[in-house]
Amino acid sequence: MKLNRRKFLTLSAASVGAVALGGRAGAFKAPWTVPQKWYEGQVTTIYSYCENCFWKCGITVKVAGGKVRKIDGQKHNPKSRGRLCPRGQAGVAQLYDPDRLKRPLIRVEGSERSEGKYREASWDEALDYIAARMLKIKDKYGPEAIAWFGHGSGDSWFVEYLPAAWGSPNAAKPAVSVCTAPRETASQWTFGRGVGGHEPVDWENTEYIVLIGHHIGEDTHNTQLQEFAAALRRGAKLVVVDPRFSTAASKADRWLPIKPGTDTALLLAWINVLIEEGLYDREYVEKYTVGLAELAEHVKDKTPEWAASITDLPADTIRAVARELAAHAPKAVLPPGRHTVWYGSDTQRMRALYIVNALLGNYGVPGGFYLAKKPYLEKYPHPPFPLEPAAGGCSGSSGGSEEVPEGYKPRADKGKFFAKTTAIQELVEPMLSGKPYPIRGLICYGTNLFHSIPNVPRTKEALRKLDLYVAIDVLPMEHVMWADVILPECTYLERYDDLVAIAHKTPFIELRQPAVKPLWDSKPGWWIMRELAIKLGLEKFVPWKNIEEYLDTRLQAIGSSLEEMKKKGTLVQRGRPYLKDWERWHMNPFKTPSGKIELYSKTFAEHGFDPLPDYTPPMPAPTGFYRLLYGRSPVHSFAKTQNNWVLMELKPENEVWINNAEGKKLGLRQGEYVWLENDAGVREGPVRVRLTERIRNDCVYLVHGFGHKSRGLRLAFGRGASDNTLQTRYVLDKISGGAGLRNNFVKIVPNAAIPRLKRISTLARERRL
Amino acid sequence: MARYAMVIDLESCVGCSACAAACVLENEVPPGHNRLWIRQRELGVFPELTVEYRPEQCLHCENPPCVPACPTGASYKNEDGLVLVRYERCIACGACVAACPYDARFMNPAGYVDKCTFCEHRIADGLDPACVETCPTGCRVFGDLDDPTSAVREALAKAGRIDVLRPEMGTEPKLFYLNTPSKRGLNDTEEVQQ
Repeated sequence: MKLNRRKFLTLSAASVGAVALGGRAGAFKAPWTVPQKWYEGQVTTIYSYCENCFWKCGITVKVAGGKVRKIDGQKHNPKSRGRLCPRGQAGVAQLYDPDRLKRPLIRVEGSERSEGKYREASWDEALDYIAARMLKIKDKYGPEAIAWFGHGSGDSWFVEYLPAAWGSPNAAKPAVSVCTAPRETASQWTFGRGVGGHEPVDWENTEYIVLIGHHIGEDTHNTQLQEFAAALRRGAKLVVVDPRFSTAASKADRWLPIKPGTDTALLLAWINVLIEEGLYDREYVEKYTVGLAELAEHVKDKTPEWAASITDLPADTIRAVARELAAHAPKAVLPPGRHTVWYGSDTQRMRALYIVNALLGNYGVPGGFYLAKKPYLEKYPHPPFPLEPAAGGCSGSSGGSEEVPEGYKPRADKGKFFAKTTAIQELVEPMLSGKPYPIRGLICYGTNLFHSIPNVPRTKEALRKLDLYVAIDVLPMEHVMWADVILPECTYLERYDDLVAIAHKTPFIELRQPAVKPLWDSKPGWWIMRELAIKLGLEKFVPWKNIEEYLDTRLQAIGSSLEEMKKKGTLVQRGRPYLKDWERWHMNPFKTPSGKIELYSKTFAEHGFDPLPDYTPPMPAPTGFYRLLYGRSPVHSFAKTQNNWVLMELKPENEVWINNAEGKKLGLRQGEYVWLENDAGVREGPVRVRLTERIRNDCVYLVHGFGHKSRGLRLAFGRGASDNTLQTRYVLDKISGGAGLRNNFVKIVPNAAIPRLKRISTLARERRL
Repeated sequence: MARYAMVIDLESCVGCSACAAACVLENEVPPGHNRLWIRQRELGVFPELTVEYRPEQCLHCENPPCVPACPTGASYKNEDGLVLVRYERCIACGACVAACPYDARFMNPAGYVDKCTFCEHRIADGLDPACVETCPTGCRVFGDLDDPTSAVREALAKAGRIDVLRPEMGTEPKLFYLNTPSKRGLNDTEEVQQ
């Protein structure tokens, strides 16, 4: 806390007296020296890209006295444009976090997983240990019995490269089935194109924006926030649909406090108005879409009045927004949010959202969506892997080939849902049941298993059953302290990673390179992967000697070089953003079965799904319970940054948002600590109450990522509540494989003790550079 | 010679705190202290609501009460209008901390009073202050009030509404808030919800 004015008034009485005794105050010379600032010495700069969220902003790292001191946005980078969010700024504090994993650890013989008893080991011993057990599992069950989970840009080595070389299709990222799966699958089967890691919204030209559960400003995706703010300054109108008065809502011209889970009804009513009132873009729809007649028939009775009774929104408002959208079309846009796994019917909701966009004629048109293009980049010429990577990802491919080569098995979650990507939560079950075949080992890279996958008790039970569980991470996260072997990776400021190719209006390639040497005995992911591959007998798949050679080969193949990239950081290519740019070359961007935007999806019908999106009511809340909603804080990324002192000083804990009147009814006081208990009896907290007008009375809200239980995380430990702990239930989206997480309900249990924790500033003092 | 000032457009600010994090790292602000912080106010009743995110820091007043309060002359206003501290002259008496009506100063444990300098060292190199440079929303603009072509002057000219903190103090701040979302201005504490 700040030393405040009042405190100083008391303090200063004494010290001013001392000055008076000293006499001539003007001649007073301090007996101490003022420490030199970092920027007064020699400063070198290194280009790289950020890892404090998934957005991958280009950064300029400033090093002075052998230490990283400051990180700025790269001016010429299309993501950061010289600006950074708080997490990007605070990367330095992660690099020098004394709680980091420092050397390889092997679980003490005879101790249980979860006990956290470890002995130090050399890299050689740790990797030998892993390789021996992996090969044993392969002999007994086959290569598919090892699952690979990964999160972060270094995950390419552990969910794509190595699993494909090893022969396991069971590689998954939380970024898919507990995040973007519905919006990607829906986009694929509506537009024939994924959304990709950088939502291709043409912010620069838009005039009317409708956000549905999309928390710009609270999820500080740098570029998006820049463009969003610029659009509003330019006078673009904003409508925010959210049960909570989010930061974005506070900037909106209209806030629609919708009843949770009823968004599809609202979207269908908008489609109804656009068609019934003839407001849709006739020319565009005729030229680029199929299925208007079926759609018109389908939404005939989905009037604003029908939606009003479901959504708790006035029919007039619903109608007005549809008309305003049409009035601004095609420069009106409904951007897809990112985390779209809400209720289990999410692919259909996202389809409805895309259909509204299509009716506005905005896809591939200025002011709507641009058509993102991947940059041209070659793979390293390694021998072909037995399998194609299957993890997918918010910025990756939508999954490997469906054909399984002889001798290999299909993904363990195949058949549970329609999409081609792996669903991380569905790979937990085979660890327990052995069905459809056993998964006996898990390599986990940077994925917080207890903060991202629903039903934590099940995950823990599954981990107990495994023959091998390896965690590769930077910090001693709770799931890390369950592993048989812990491999300490160095942070993004100390390593190279594979090149990232960002699909964008102006496609570009970014280089990650180390700014300083790895601290302690930590190693980069590429090195860990390569050494492990060699020990597994897969040396033919890693023919490169080191990462420099690997990167240089890839870059030489596109007429650049590692040397050039080290100097530039970012390589920007030309895009093809609008339909007219495609048509000039007689190319069709819509890779759907019909080659057009599919308002009606024949493929869905053939697979037994609704060919047109329909409204499915969400699971109702039991009496006395509130629907648990969750979201982001602008200063934190997932559950990854709660041990960063700079960020923790800005946001040290989360609070449970409860509607003011509702809280008063429950007898709650502002700021008091309570427990949250879900309808399965799982209790979480204690967490502070935030009574607020900013939320409806049928739901409560938590910022995701708090409530860490690992004592090794000295800053994060015990602060706030984890939404994931309370998410013991999910509804599987049978189309995308997404895990619908907003089907969990909590009640408030008052009178929790105030957690006895040291102040962040006290804990942070030792972490100062 | 200049008259440096900053404007913050509250219509754009989302309270993301990128400025605060950048400030801590650029200026090595010790844990537990801030040169720059963000206040959040919730106004109104469901569903008629307003939220204001308001970054605060030293306002580099034209009439800074902290300067005359300083017994050693460590606190001063330079020729470019920046209110600064000569750290080596500071005896850490705290008189200026008490004199500042905005709570903008703090005692650095290194033994001197510390506060926002508008990143004087960066301005000297022709750069914007760290908070301005990093702000993703671009709600912060920095420049010279005496230069009619400066970005600051342009932003002030275009603003729908301009406020300063506690104008009744007569400090004449050079940190201006544009487009305050509350109709009743910045200083209305009654609406503040704790």
